[in-house]
Amino acid sequence: MGLDFSVVPDYFGVLAMGAGWTIAITICAGLLSFFGGIVFAVIALYGHWALRLPVRAFAFLFMGTPLLLQLFLIYFGLIQIGIDLPAFVAGVIGLGLHFAVYNSELIQASILAVDKGQYEGARTLGLSRGQTLRRIVIPQAVRAVIPPMGNNMIALLKDSALVSVIGVMELTLAAQQAISRTYRPFEFYLAAAFCYYIVNLALEAGLRHLERRIAASR
Amino acid sequence: MDYELILRVYPFFIEAAWVTIQLSILTALLGLTCGALGAAARMSRLAVFRWIGATYVSIIRGTPALIQIFILYFGGPQIGIQLDSFSAGTIALGVNIGAYMTETIRGAIQSVDRGQTEAARTLGMGRWETMRKVVLPQAARMMIRPLGVNINALIKGTALVAPISVVELTYTAQRFIGSTYKPFEMFLLSGLLYMIIIYAVGQVINWLDRRARIT
Repeated sequence: MGLDFSVVPDYFGVLAMGAGWTIAITICAGLLSFFGGIVFAVIALYGHWALRLPVRAFAFLFMGTPLLLQLFLIYFGLIQIGIDLPAFVAGVIGLGLHFAVYNSELIQASILAVDKGQYEGARTLGLSRGQTLRRIVIPQAVRAVIPPMGNNMIALLKDSALVSVIGVMELTLAAQQAISRTYRPFEFYLAAAFCYYIVNLALEAGLRHLERRIAASR
Repeated sequence: MDYELILRVYPFFIEAAWVTIQLSILTALLGLTCGALGAAARMSRLAVFRWIGATYVSIIRGTPALIQIFILYFGGPQIGIQLDSFSAGTIALGVNIGAYMTETIRGAIQSVDRGQTEAARTLGMGRWETMRKVVLPQAARMMIRPLGVNINALIKGTALVAPISVVELTYTAQRFIGSTYKPFEMFLLSGLLYMIIIYAVGQVINWLDRRARIT
């Protein structure tokens, strides 16, 4: 059985729709991981111990285990406690939480690196602890951490392929559907890889643009 | 928490952890080989090799590891490469992590002060001799920690061979979640084993790093 790429264009629509869903998952999970990362970081650094301990334990568990295992836990675990979410939502939650933990580590280090004088100055001017964090410390910390967080977003795009395993319709599963009809795995997985590569290049270009703008605004 | 169930199934997980360890070791060795070759290619004097190295890194890092595994395992037979799932998984994962290690090794070599190379060349050493006797010994110390980060990612990455039915930790957890409907117990059991493996490897890397610093 040789290679025959002539069947690939017939499934262009299927692959394009899959790529669209991959982009949608990446954006949703990316936003969840960004804001989740900030929340986790603030709790891990300043939260009451009753909140801090569970968040730290969760981070420890999620950094030490594979994403695929976590996806199984979230998808089947939620069903077990009676929450039957669509696979897409479970996939976004799993990816989002996984990368929120990694973003949180970056943001924590960045918050601690913000000059102490900024904090003291804001408190002296009469801002409350919460206001100081929200308006002074976190904006500076997040800005400094955008470039390394960009790397996490690129990893997230590629890891979004894993949610095909819990049945989320995206690029990898779209390729699998085309394969189940044509029995041409090499051609369609290669086509899917090509699509990922293009989306990845676009994301990298976007992130570089963002980094330059942040560097310029300083 | 169903402790009785955990006691009943844990032998299967221990056996699976052993497969994960074998996968990790073989993948790491293949990855280091690909990484060393890739770094040599990327820093070659010949433009062809530089191009090959850069293309390897860009393609592998620009596409999901899962797809790379699928191309080799499911697509391989179409181009005459018939591999069992364990070998296909190991080769695909090794080539994948090799691309990341290429950049780690290249970064460490290039972070050695240029003056070291210039001085060695001035003293009459050849290009290769300079690399072997002056640059590499210094670079090797700097790459232990970042290579450790790569290996940490690689151990968790071995879970990706579960979809091609290699009976390792994640596959075993998935199978028992399906048959017992106890996702939390199975997650904790396999998660604990992953963390033990990662912790042990981390200790070895810390030890290597400390030793490299003293001398």
